[in-house]
Parts: sequence; C-alpha cells; structure tokens
Amino acid sequence: MTIIDPTDAVPAQRPGDHDNTGPLLEVRDLHVEFQTREGVVKAVNGVNYTVDSGETLAVLGESGSGKSVTAQAIMGILDMPPARIPQGEIRFYGQDMLTMGAEERRKLRGARIAMIFQDALSSLNPVLSVGFQLGEMFRVHQGMSRKQAKAKSIELMDRVKIPAAAARVNDYPHQFSGGMRQRIMIAMALALEPDLIIADEPTTALDVTVQAQVMDLLAELQREYRMGLILITHDLGVVADVADKIAVMYAGRIVETAPVHELYKRPAHPYTRGLLDSIPRLDQKGQELYAIQGLPPNLLKVPQGCAFNPRCDKAQDICRTEFPPLVPVTEADGTELPGRASACHFWKETIHG
Amino acid sequence: MGRYVARRLLQVIPVVIGVTFIIFCLVFALPGDPIQALAGDKRADPNIAAILRAHYHLNEPLYQQYWHYISGVVTGDLGETYNGRAISDIVSERFPVTLKLGLTSFALEAVIGIIAGIFSALKKGKFIDNVVLVSTLVLISIPVFVLGSVLQLEFGVNLKITPVAGIEHGWPQSYILPAVVLASTSMAYIARLVRTSMMESVRADYVRTAIAKGLPTRRVIGVHAMRNSLIPVVTFLGFDLGALMGGAIITERVFNMPGIGGQLAQSVYLRERPVVVGLVTLLVLIYLVANLLVDLLYAVLDPRIRYE
Amino acid sequence: MSEKTIERPTTDEAAIAKEIEAEEKAAARQASLLRDGWADLRKRPLFIVTSLIILILLALAIAPSLFTARSPFSDGFCQLQNSMTGPSSGHLFGYDVQGCDIYTRTVYGARNSVVVGVVTTTATTLIGGLVGMLAGLIGGWADALLSRITEVFAGLPLIIGGLLIMSIWGGGDVWSVSFIMAILGWPQVYRIMRGEVIANKYNDYVTAARALGAGSWRIAFRHILPNTLAPVIVITTMNLGVYISAEAALSYLGIGIQYPNISWGVMISDAQDRFLTSPHALMFPAGALSITVLAFIMLGDVVRDAFDPKMR
Repeated sequence: MTIIDPTDAVPAQRPGDHDNTGPLLEVRDLHVEFQTREGVVKAVNGVNYTVDSGETLAVLGESGSGKSVTAQAIMGILDMPPARIPQGEIRFYGQDMLTMGAEERRKLRGARIAMIFQDALSSLNPVLSVGFQLGEMFRVHQGMSRKQAKAKSIELMDRVKIPAAAARVNDYPHQFSGGMRQRIMIAMALALEPDLIIADEPTTALDVTVQAQVMDLLAELQREYRMGLILITHDLGVVADVADKIAVMYAGRIVETAPVHELYKRPAHPYTRGLLDSIPRLDQKGQELYAIQGLPPNLLKVPQGCAFNPRCDKAQDICRTEFPPLVPVTEADGTELPGRASACHFWKETIHG
Repeated sequence: MGRYVARRLLQVIPVVIGVTFIIFCLVFALPGDPIQALAGDKRADPNIAAILRAHYHLNEPLYQQYWHYISGVVTGDLGETYNGRAISDIVSERFPVTLKLGLTSFALEAVIGIIAGIFSALKKGKFIDNVVLVSTLVLISIPVFVLGSVLQLEFGVNLKITPVAGIEHGWPQSYILPAVVLASTSMAYIARLVRTSMMESVRADYVRTAIAKGLPTRRVIGVHAMRNSLIPVVTFLGFDLGALMGGAIITERVFNMPGIGGQLAQSVYLRERPVVVGLVTLLVLIYLVANLLVDLLYAVLDPRIRYE
Repeated sequence: MSEKTIERPTTDEAAIAKEIEAEEKAAARQASLLRDGWADLRKRPLFIVTSLIILILLALAIAPSLFTARSPFSDGFCQLQNSMTGPSSGHLFGYDVQGCDIYTRTVYGARNSVVVGVVTTTATTLIGGLVGMLAGLIGGWADALLSRITEVFAGLPLIIGGLLIMSIWGGGDVWSVSFIMAILGWPQVYRIMRGEVIANKYNDYVTAARALGAGSWRIAFRHILPNTLAPVIVITTMNLGVYISAEAALSYLGIGIQYPNISWGVMISDAQDRFLTSPHALMFPAGALSITVLAFIMLGDVVRDAFDPKMR
C-alpha cells in the first residue's frame, strides 16, 4: 500500500498554469479610476512595467502617486465599486488576469502571487493565533489537515528566523515585536512558494536596524525561491541594495525607469533628481536642506501637460501644454541605454547636464 | 489571564459594598415608622411594637442594621417582610417567572438581532438593509409599554392568538408575546450593533490581508470578520442578560405576570421596605455579576485584553 | 560652524510666502472634524426633517397656547360626562377617562417631556463630561477613585434606581425626575469622555503643545477637548430621546411625573385599563411620545453618520 505524502511531489500543474509564454508579470497601459462624491479620481494613468523571475523591481513615489493602487490592482483586491479599471492588461505569464473569472483569479492569489503589507499589526487578525493564520494557506489552497498545516507553519516560522517557533506558533500577533510581525507576514506570503511577491512598504513602520534585517531576509528568500519581487516604497535608501531596476511614479504615471545604479548616478527626470537631492548628506552639514517645493497634485484635477510642471524649477511653456510621453533614454551620442526611459521633454538636459 | 481575573474580582467587591450600602441607606431614609404603618389607623400596642422593633433591629444605628442585612444576604437570607414572611420565599416563588421571561426574551433578541444585523451588513444599501434600519429605529422609539399594550390588543384580544395576560397557559404560550415585547428594544440595538460592527470589520486591514491570501469570501467573512465583529455584540448581550432580569418590570405589569418586577413595583407602592431592599439588592447583584462575567468573557474572546 | 549658505534652487521669497499661506488656509479649512461634520449634516435631508419635528416640539413646549386655546389647568376643563368619548371635531383626540380633552393635555404634556429630556441630558453631559475629563487627565489614584465611585452609581440600573429613589423622595415634578435620572445617568457620559481623553492624551499633538510651553489647562481645553467631542455629541443627541422615553416609563409606573403635572407616560398609564375598548385615549399620547423619541433618535443617527470619521 503506497502512502501518498501530500507534502512532497507538489503537482506540476499549479493553478494558473496554461501555456506559459511571456514574462512573469507584465502590466500594460493600466488605468485605474475611483468614483467618489467629489468626482472621478484618476489614480493610475497608463502604467507599464515588467518583472521577470528572480528580478526585483522597485516602484518609487510619494503618497498619491498610484504605486499602491497599481499593486492592489495586480493582486485583484481593489473594491470594484468605487474602483474601475477602464483599460489595461495585467498579464501573468502571458495570461491577462483582468479577463479571468473571479474564482480562477482567487486561486492565483496567495498561491502564485502574494502580497506583504506595510503595517503588520493591523494587517494580521488580532484574535487568531499566528499559527492559525499561517496554517490557513495550506489548509485552504492545498487541503492539508490541521496537524500538517501546523507543522508547516512552524517550518515557515523557522525559515524566517523567528526564534522558538514551535513554542510561539499559538501566540497572537500583538505578542510579537514589530520586526517579528513583519517576518510573519513574509512567511504568510511565502507559504505556497509564489512566483511573485509584492511588498508594499514592508519596512516603513520599522526601526532602521530592523529594516535592514527584514530587507536582507527578503533578498535571501527571493534568491532561494527565484521569485519576482515588486518592492513599493518611498524610501530611496532601502532600494539601493535590493533592487535590480527602478520605476519612479508620479500622479499615476511612470516618469522614469532605470537600472538601479544608473538611476542614482544619472537621473533623467527632474522629479527623480529632486528626490535624490532631498536625501540629507553628511557633506551638506550646516546648510539648509533641500525639498521639492509644492505638494503632490490633486488627483481630481491633474495639471495640464506634464503633471510635475507646477513643482519643476526647469519648467518651460511646453511643459504646461504638452504631455511628455515615456521615451527611451540614450547616451549623448545616441547609444542605447537598455531599460532606461523618461517622461520629460527635457530629459537630455536633465541627464547630460 | 489569571491575574486579569483576580483583578476584576477584587474590583467588584468595593462596588458591591458601595451599591448595597446606598440602597440600604436610601430605603431606610424613608420617613415614617414602618411598625406604625403595619398597624394602620389604629394606635399600635407599645409592647408589641417594642418587641417588633427589637426583632427587626430598628433601634440600632444604621451601620449595624446594614451589617445584619449584609451578613444575611451573604448566607442567602434576605430578611423578612413585616408580616414575617421570608423574602427568599417570595423570591423563589416569583423568580422562575422572571427567569423564563428573561431567557426567552434573550434567546429571541440574540437570534433575530444577530441574523438581521448580518443580513443588513452584507446587503448594505439594498432593500433588506433599509428595512432593518427603519424597523430597528421604530422599535427603539416606541416605548415598551406602548408596544406591549398594542400587541396585547391585536394578538390577544382581536386575533385571539395569544393569551391576554397572566401565566395560566404556561410556557411558551403565556410567555411568547411578553418575551417578544421585552426583547424588542434590545433586538433593535443588537441588529444595529452587529451591522455597524461587521461593516467596520469588513473594512479592516486584516480582512484585506485575508482576501490577498486568496481565501474564499465565505471564509473571509465567516472566520476573519465575524470573530472580531461579534466581540462588542457578545458584550452587549452579556449586559443585557443582567438588565433583563430587572427590566421586566414594565412588561410584567402590562401582561400581569407574577414575577420579581411586578412584586417590586407593588412593594414600592405599598412602602414595604424590606421587600424593596431585598429585591433591589438581588437584582443589582445579578446585574453586577453579569457585568463581571461579561468582562471575563471579553478577555476570552479578545486575546489582547488578557495580557493587560 | 560655517556660514550658512542658502542653496535653494527655488524662486523668490514672495512666492514661497504665498504658497505657505495658501497651504495653511487649506489646512485650516480641512482642520476641524466638527466643522466638517456640521457641513455634512446640513446637507442631509433626514437632518432637516428631524430638526423640523424637534422645532415643532420646542414650540409646543415653549408656547403651548399657540396650539390650543384651552388650558388644562382651568376650571371645568374636565367634565365627567364626556368620559372616554372618542375624537370629534373641536376635540381632535377625544376625551380621557376623567373627561379631560386629550389633545390639550397632549400639547401641554410635551412641555414636561421636553424639559425633562433637555435638563437631564444637559446635566448628564456636563457632569459626566467634566468628571470624565478630570479622571482622564489626572489619572492615577484620582482616576481609580472616581472610576470606583462611578461604578457604584452605574450599578443601579435606571428603572430600578429610579423606582427606588422616587419612591422614597416622592417628587413627581419635572425637576425631581430630571435630577434623579441625571444622577443615575451620568456614568455613561463619564465613561465615554474618559475613554476619549485617555485615547487622546498620549497623542503627539499634546506632547508638541507641551513642548511649545502650553500650560495644562490650555492643553486640556484648547487641544484635547475638541478631539473628544465627537462621540460625546453623538451620545448626547441620542440621550435626548432616551431620557424622554425613560421619563415616560417611570411616569407610567407611577413614580415619575405625577398628578397634577401632565406627562405622556401618566396619560398612557391612565388609559391602559380601558385600552381594549377605547384605544384612542392611549394611542394619541403614545403616538406623540413615539414620534418625539423617534425624531431625537433619528437625529442622533444622522449626527453620528456625519461626525464619525470612520464612516466618511
């Protein structure tokens, strides 16, 4: 009599597997709107980005730039009224998730695309034990029994380096420290070894030293499982170590993309340059700190032309009238710079001085 | 958890002492001489009066009377009426009626209230939600005695479905209409509370996480949202159970039911001090015990409280 | 320390000043939850309807003679031969068991109900609010002591406590009833206010105010208090209805407002015995009572919807 152990030999067919063509994730011309009392808020206005297995994309932007909404659209967790997706595609291995049925999409969620949220204290259910919440993933998606799920939960907690996992599996979220809670969130996301993880400001609520530990853990797990990682943040410091490429968002659009080191060395958009200049530096001691003047735009009334123009010190007339498309960025002599693009009329001046 | 329980228990004691003392003082501040009142219009025989006064400790200072009383209560002796009848007898006679009424009422309000609230929250904005909202508002506003009288007229007299008053038909016939009336206000509050509570939970971050984990909607609502949203409801139910015991006064009067509430109203009217003190003390103690149990239950349901 | 070099790639100072001013104005407009709530409230149709009903009630209470020519205190107001006659022209609500015109009595009864409701609510809010704020601010042993005392008061449920106290001290007029209910009711407001104060006390804006040198009283009244008001306002509005209903219940039991004062509760109680044969004597005051309580509770609902930040 053969005993089939459900923990090994995971079926080759995973939910969502069809003819797998195309990159892991491709977002094409995504638009997301919200119907509110005061009008239609255009939160995402034509976003394109791609993520491959093993690759880390950092999405940078201020509050209101649309970075979180895009991520939630990818996950499919937006409240559909009042949110609407009037156009765009979100392709997972070539298949457009926006045209999938709700049940099919649900099977992908958590199992193949997982999300880590910013505030682990409010994102974990306070009245259910940590073991229960971790075990759910296995019980619901893989039909495991309670005992098996618990064993896997302890394994997971060990994997994310939570000490004394076996003893703490029945504890409640409020009994853990901030860093530990975030690790639990990471463990929950990892449970079913998803292809893609979206981390929405995973370290914003943590101390600096704990931030470093959590980011290291994420990077290590990503390498081990060959996952795609979308890291959403507004903190340039966090990104430098972990990301492969960066997309900078403003007013619901991508205004610049670049491989990580290129962005820091030679930004090609005034907004990016402004963000970089705002980072306090040791050699600026005694001087006044720089900040980009003005506030993020009201998404009910996005400025005409380039959305950034009211705050840009290099704005010209054309910036106020003509919308700058995202164009590839090249060297001064025209050599291609792969992965680089900018949505600025004057990108040449910005990058090359 | 043990420390929390111990602390709660300790906190209850001074409150119990305080409340009973106040009740005692209030009742014994009643003007007039109860022994004389017993005798009615005739002049009481001084010898007999003296014996009676000594028997009821009426000559002793207030705090000593209180002490006699409290030591009696603790041992289950609630004292005697001025006619020599043990109040605990009155209680054991009448309490079952109040208990049956209260429990039936409790069951009705819990079941109907929670179900109505859940439907209302899940179908927010639709017809059933508005029906629940309007009807709960109306139920809260119409006073219990009005609702009681009207329903008594309709169902008891006109339609002859339920008995008009009294308890001759036993449970459930005699109790069903009074229980509905008694439950009406609380039912409305519970439905609203469940509705608000669920609406809040459904918007919580941890529900967003549950959805992001790919859990089916049934589980997200049934397990994640419900566990949290039922906490305030359960605590309300706990308080209400205690209040139901005493709040039946009005309903008992409308439907002429021989319960504790009816006895209390009558004794107040007749100025029967010992009975009033005894009954009020009993009801207040029940209420305080219910509060205590609710606090403890709350700790069981919400693990964050246990470790305070 | 090297000289300050201002390296701002931005434009002239005037523009900056204007921008700051504009931002402050915008912030001030958004600032107050109370202001927001009030603006929201004014737009809601339910608010307008309930306010109208309440205004009519207030008119009834202040100037009953506007609504009825007769006075229930005049001689010959009650004529026994009219006992239990139903509604007719000139006597819209009919007569009660003593032959008194129900319409007039209902109109005059409004005054007592409204006064009791308003006085009790004001008293409970003021007492509960003040003591709650003190307990929340001072904390420590004062808080523990006040809370224990409050629990003792709270241990007496409204009806039972009212029954007890009123039976001892009689009374039977609006002021004693209001007084008794206020004594039994203030713990509720106390709990809410105290909870809000404690929740707000540790907020950063309080620390900031203190760091800027504000004294304790200023912090309490200017900073903490406005932020605690929303739930208190909601509960106060609802309590208007609750206390009117409670007074009616006590009067119905014979221990609230008593003869010769008029109360809807007493009218209902008097009409109860003949209810099964002549319902009009009970239905009209009951209707008036229900509409009144409904109006206040709906008002409380609407106010809560407008002021609750979570519902926006």
